Amino acid sequence: MSELLEIKDLHVHFPVKKGLFQRPKQHVKALNGVDLTVREGETLGIVGESGCGKSTLARSIIGLQEPTSGEILFNGKDYTKADAKETREMRRDVQMIFQDPYTSLNPRMKIGDSIAAPLKAYNKTDGLESRVKELLELVGLDPDTHYHKLPHEFSGGQRQRIGIARALALEPKLIICDEPVSALDVSVQAQVINLLQDLQKKLGLTYVFIAHDLSVINHMADRVAVMYLGKVMEKSGAGSFQTKAQHPYSRALLSAVPVPDPVEERSRERIVLSSELPSPANPPSGCVFHTRCPLATDRCKTEVPILEEKNESGQEVACFYPIEEPASAGYAAR
Amino acid sequence: MLQVNNLHVHLDTPDGTVKAVDGVTFSIEAGETVGIVGESGSGKSVLAHSLMKLNPEPPAAYPEGDVYFNDRSVLKMNKKELRKLRGSDIAMIFQDPMSSLNPVFKIGKQLIEAIQAHRKRPKKEAREKAIELLRDVGIPDPEARIESYPHQFSGGMRQRVLIAMALASEPKLLIADEPTTALDVTIQAQVLELLKGIQKRYGAAIMIITHDLGVVAHLADRILVMYAGRLVESGSAEDIFYRTAMPYTWSLLRSIPSVGGGERLVPIDGQPPSLIDPPAGCSFEPRCPFATEACRHVDPDLKERGSGHEAACLLSFSEFESLKEGVVSS
Amino acid sequence: MMFQKKTNVLALTMLVIIVLATITAQWWLPVSPSEIDPEQRLSAPSVDHWFGTDDFGRDVFARTVVAAQVSLAVGVLVAVFATLIGTVLGLVSGYFRKVDFVLMRIIDGFLAFPALLLALALVAALGGSLVNIIIALTLAFFPVMARVVRSAVLQVKNESYVEAARTTGAGHGVVIGRYVLPNVLSPIIVQTTFIFAKAILAEAALSFLGVGVDPSTPTWGSMLQEAQIYLTLAPWYSIFPGLAIVITVLALNLLGDGLRDAFDPHNIKRKRKVKTKAA
Repeated sequence: MSELLEIKDLHVHFPVKKGLFQRPKQHVKALNGVDLTVREGETLGIVGESGCGKSTLARSIIGLQEPTSGEILFNGKDYTKADAKETREMRRDVQMIFQDPYTSLNPRMKIGDSIAAPLKAYNKTDGLESRVKELLELVGLDPDTHYHKLPHEFSGGQRQRIGIARALALEPKLIICDEPVSALDVSVQAQVINLLQDLQKKLGLTYVFIAHDLSVINHMADRVAVMYLGKVMEKSGAGSFQTKAQHPYSRALLSAVPVPDPVEERSRERIVLSSELPSPANPPSGCVFHTRCPLATDRCKTEVPILEEKNESGQEVACFYPIEEPASAGYAAR
Repeated sequence: MLQVNNLHVHLDTPDGTVKAVDGVTFSIEAGETVGIVGESGSGKSVLAHSLMKLNPEPPAAYPEGDVYFNDRSVLKMNKKELRKLRGSDIAMIFQDPMSSLNPVFKIGKQLIEAIQAHRKRPKKEAREKAIELLRDVGIPDPEARIESYPHQFSGGMRQRVLIAMALASEPKLLIADEPTTALDVTIQAQVLELLKGIQKRYGAAIMIITHDLGVVAHLADRILVMYAGRLVESGSAEDIFYRTAMPYTWSLLRSIPSVGGGERLVPIDGQPPSLIDPPAGCSFEPRCPFATEACRHVDPDLKERGSGHEAACLLSFSEFESLKEGVVSS
Repeated sequence: MMFQKKTNVLALTMLVIIVLATITAQWWLPVSPSEIDPEQRLSAPSVDHWFGTDDFGRDVFARTVVAAQVSLAVGVLVAVFATLIGTVLGLVSGYFRKVDFVLMRIIDGFLAFPALLLALALVAALGGSLVNIIIALTLAFFPVMARVVRSAVLQVKNESYVEAARTTGAGHGVVIGRYVLPNVLSPIIVQTTFIFAKAILAEAALSFLGVGVDPSTPTWGSMLQEAQIYLTLAPWYSIFPGLAIVITVLALNLLGDGLRDAFDPHNIKRKRKVKTKAA
């Protein structure tokens, strides 16, 4: 598999303006040196809690957020240094599915027009209507009756399907899914997840799938990257992240998710992280996780661990003390 | 302790009357933890608010049924009695910890007020009680934090403060409406542990409302499953998860991805029905994989499926078991 | 929604009657507004003269109706121009952050003067003609519109459908025209009705102060000004044009409030929420 997207040492810093005169005093380091690669045809899952920078990462890849420094290479070409025309060409191949199906569609635009908008933007107006109908059918909506309706006539799940159809209109290679199911009800979530998987198979799509829900990530992703305070803590190789995770933060995340199985729940050992997320404007020294890590030593307070492969596990971990024994398979089979 | 009898709650909207709660009967014993599970629009939140008569009227109306707290009708209480009920017997924790605290007052002042509202006592004593409560809910350095404003707390910390405020009145029943939905998983784990601990220490009954099956599996002794304004299944956590007797609950469990990943998900087709004009028969019939002609006409009541386990389905337990077998093996 | 409230219906009916009556005045007015009848000077309302007569014996009813032509014309044109200019500037300012700072400082400059004082100074400088009054009032009222549109745009700009449009390759023009503008129309329409009302009042005030249009064309303001010395002697001369202003402005304000309620995102949202809940 060739590498479709490469992110090298990406930084995004936001100035924090304080006081009456709005002088930027500090910088929130939303992304603080992120390296990631996405191979063609795979799904890279990105997990993390709020404030870890996963949405900023999505916005940077799609070009909504200008990076402070670093490179974003798509098909080997650096996005961040391309001119307007090249960027526009690249953007066509990278599309996004948004989190909230209620705000991601123009409430005053017919859904047929919403889906047609990207085609119009790139002057692909030949057979526009039939292409839109084809897309509607592809995402499981009725091409004839739904075409002329407004977004408020649809349920959340249907709206998310419309959002997917719009993202597919330009036949992109890479789709960034930013929490695409977190606003949906459980039973509808499954419909959308299945749709995304079917489309990937059918159209050979590559996904960057961002979510805070580990069970969704595990279900969707081929590889998983765990983010914390603007940094990647761990990148898992192929296979189940559930059992292979080595970083103490990944383990804590995994153990924090309550599973729908009462006996398993009662017997499970849970790593409850003590304190709360430090401010990204003033991240801890050394390893950014040391303030909450149950295994932290003095070394972690001063030295920054590098993200690297340990013990030929295929797993890259940014930790001095990775947990090597496999996690309990846990709630693997129902 | 709490008894809900054939409760109906209607909401008046421009599009028609929404039957948000449509004939719900259940009870909560002292000291137990009951989970109410349902998707958005299932009426679980309206139901929870009804227990304290908190739904604004209008649009809400209670045409039928009643709620009894220690054998007194909540729906017939006057304002003074209601205030007493809310101030000391039942307390509620809301979903959004960001907007449930007054941003212009210090945490301590708000907490002391809640304590004073429950029982008049000297300011100094109330303050000590406030510090104790903050310590109980796991806020580090409570003597100093009592002087902080809400915006100086993170989301998880605010939810802890809200729990402390709810505990100020030493309630017999604590209603938690999606208490962890707005929180991150690691913080959610902390808050869930806290709720468990409170249960042990204060002996209050907890009713937790959530859409997350994992959360109820973690906390609840008994689970009520709501669909389209009705209870469709109730029983112990084991009954609901291992001896599921209602196709909706079963489909819901099958539709969630497991942390282990793997096989393809089985979604529930279609959408929940309109609560303005609900279908004549079983409300789950249009989406049910096992629906028969009879389901279209007969609206099943909750029937006993085992000790303390009830389900609203025309299928008997054994019929449903063999149908499940058939689907899983194929 | 809009027509469920009686005051909204009343306000709209009043406005339709006033506008129709004013436009068609020359075909149905029984008496010419400029016909002088020295014998009937300052006579009280009667069957012949419904609103009485003025100091030249002219029919006050006819003059009030004709004066409405000028007042309404000023109101409509100022509302239209102020809306156009304000909307364009508000859109540009709210959408492009780099232009925002400069544009908003200029607009703050305009807003630093009371609208009426600004208009008064401009008319004094330009000379009192209908065109100049319209220009002056447009300049006095467009900054408010620009501010309103800008703040609406700032909100809409952050909605994810606007971001979605950008990620699908839409240019700025398309984004503004197809995504932002349709979603800020409601506050614009509401503000337009308020500017309409304010412009009528401002025109009356300018005419009253004697810097209005050519004195030979009656306007509500100039009528009031001429009538004030006869206030005790012939109160009807002041009352009726005054009433005309009050009723028209009141109707416009009521309509504006009604539109605001109808467009209020909270109302719409609540409705939508219930709908999705029910669906």
